[in-house]
Amino acid sequence: MEQIIANGLYLGAQYALIALGLTLIFSLMNVLNFAHGQMYVFGGFVTYTVVVQLGLPFIVGLFASAIVLAVMGAAIEKFLFAPVVRRSKRDESTMLLAAGIAFFLDAVILLFFGEKQRGVPKIVNGVLNLDMRIIMPYDRILIGVLAILLIVAFIAFMHYSRTGRAMRALAQDKVAAQLMGVNVSRYSMIGFALGAMLAGLVGGLLVTITGVNLGMGGPTSVKAFLMIMIGGAGVISGAIAGGFILGMMESVGLTVLSAYGDITYLVIFASLMVFLAVRPQGLMGKPWG
Amino acid sequence: MQKRTFLKFSALAAATVLSLPLMAYAQNATLKIGFVGVTSGPAASWGVSNQRSMETRAAWLNELGGVKIGDKTYNIEIVPFDDQKDPKRAIAGMEKMAQDGVHYVVGPNVDDGAAAVRPVAEQNGIMYFPYAFPKELFTAPASNAILGMVANYQSGPAIYKFLKENKGVKKVAFVAANESDPLSQRESGIAAAEALGLEVVSGNVTYQVDTTDFTPVLLPVIQASPDLLVLSGVSPANAPQLIRSARELGYTGLISTETGQDASVLQEGAGELADGFISVGGASTPELASETMTEFVDRYTKMFGEYNDESNTKVYALEYILETLKANPAAIENVDEFKKTMDTFEAANPFMKGDAKLKYVGMTSFGQKRQVSVPLVVNEYKGGKFETLFVGQVD
Repeated sequence: MEQIIANGLYLGAQYALIALGLTLIFSLMNVLNFAHGQMYVFGGFVTYTVVVQLGLPFIVGLFASAIVLAVMGAAIEKFLFAPVVRRSKRDESTMLLAAGIAFFLDAVILLFFGEKQRGVPKIVNGVLNLDMRIIMPYDRILIGVLAILLIVAFIAFMHYSRTGRAMRALAQDKVAAQLMGVNVSRYSMIGFALGAMLAGLVGGLLVTITGVNLGMGGPTSVKAFLMIMIGGAGVISGAIAGGFILGMMESVGLTVLSAYGDITYLVIFASLMVFLAVRPQGLMGKPWG
Repeated sequence: MQKRTFLKFSALAAATVLSLPLMAYAQNATLKIGFVGVTSGPAASWGVSNQRSMETRAAWLNELGGVKIGDKTYNIEIVPFDDQKDPKRAIAGMEKMAQDGVHYVVGPNVDDGAAAVRPVAEQNGIMYFPYAFPKELFTAPASNAILGMVANYQSGPAIYKFLKENKGVKKVAFVAANESDPLSQRESGIAAAEALGLEVVSGNVTYQVDTTDFTPVLLPVIQASPDLLVLSGVSPANAPQLIRSARELGYTGLISTETGQDASVLQEGAGELADGFISVGGASTPELASETMTEFVDRYTKMFGEYNDESNTKVYALEYILETLKANPAAIENVDEFKKTMDTFEAANPFMKGDAKLKYVGMTSFGQKRQVSVPLVVNEYKGGKFETLFVGQVD
């Protein structure tokens, strides 16, 4: 039981961090960023390149992923999403654009980083073994702690910095925020860059544990959407709750249901359908959006 | 004036002499060989290694002046199609090959794709070389598919027998991705293990292909305390993570698979935790590889930046097609001629040392020769590279 909880917490921390970037972008721009998973993969490959190919320390790789993805996110918002949002009132325009960017990034990743699974050597060796009740490698513990620290830092940034407050105002009421002098286009760009940066950071963190490959983007996006649907789209605390709930459900399901075959995600999806029928706005979302 | 004329003629003669090889190269006819397989998504590694092997070998042969088949010399052109591991796309790919007049296709890489293209291939006179194992594709009345590698139901029993006799394995556990190929490989693996008298202590644990944390997946398997953990049909992307999770959970037994793997991927993803991992490979270990194989690896690396160990097996299909066509040039436009030649075909294997032969096999498994004869090389991963554990032969 202790092992199941430990696995769930570790999975939840990484999932929450993935969902945060997605929900931030959605709350600011009402854009469903289908390319979020590809950004995560790109971040993993950047860290891999810096650490394995260039032989630089892991922390440099992590910073490189954050910077590259932030710049990429800002550019995507400024040159692609902003013009489309300005010219089109139809939500599907941004959805199609996001799907197009996802395919484009897949092709770019194949071109620059190849088809192989890539990984960064373990950053910490050794395994914590508490009388076989909890077995957890030290590198997972470190990555889990780093993920939680990043989540705390992100929440603090959103609450106490001027930029964070401006973005929260924008997410709550765009018109009111504009009337109060918030520069919508500037903060939308910063928000998108921050969301992409979070995706890159998670990719960089997890490349030491799970590795990274070309095909991970799509499934990662699906899981991220699942989390924000559980927690409530556009709500920061909802994304965190959704991440931990999904992590715990996955851990419990894979252990308890393993005797019945691979039905964990079947059960999770079925539960989500029932849950959304009862509470379509998710745990912490508002029914009006 | 005479001097100017002389210079003109000299320049013309020099240009003519210099362009002669180029003209010969350009004058060659073109022989199109298709590839329909997965070159994107999580399993991209399987198809990309196929396509790049073909492109490397084709470029090499073209550089040597082309391939002489009958009276004509051909430049080889590879026509690739990414089926995205989707049977519908695989059918579209095979239809495109038919429209382009291609009669020989390498791929698809997975069971459902290979089964889906069968009607298109048979109706359009296309021979294809799948890297997929359904027996009905290779047994009569099917006759257009030729298995491009060693099937798991051929390698699995050999590996388990070796490990039972040499490493004292008694209890086996199987884990597979929840997809048709790995699941069918798991079923035949369980049957082979039971036939050898091994106890299967876990045989129903599966995982999603997009799983990123295998600790919860492997926990119940490791608790069953197997001597051997078989990763049925595992993709190169998942293998290092599964090995790493198993070792981190304290598993000290043997781990094996019947699929081809890449040493650099194992090194990066699992490091020394992958030491002792047993998998099936081709003929690239120093004990087996010929000079031609070594040069192929060099050329592949130069062309694409990095070699993929899966190509040790994937290098063969194009060679079989070309050598069989050389043996019977009428087969270029008529696959029935190709089929006739297969029964007696034999040529030197350029990729292996010694007197190894290229020939079609499969009588025991399929009742007809519908499999390329590649060596069954069982490797053990150690210190960043593969070492040959034992070599077998299939028929």
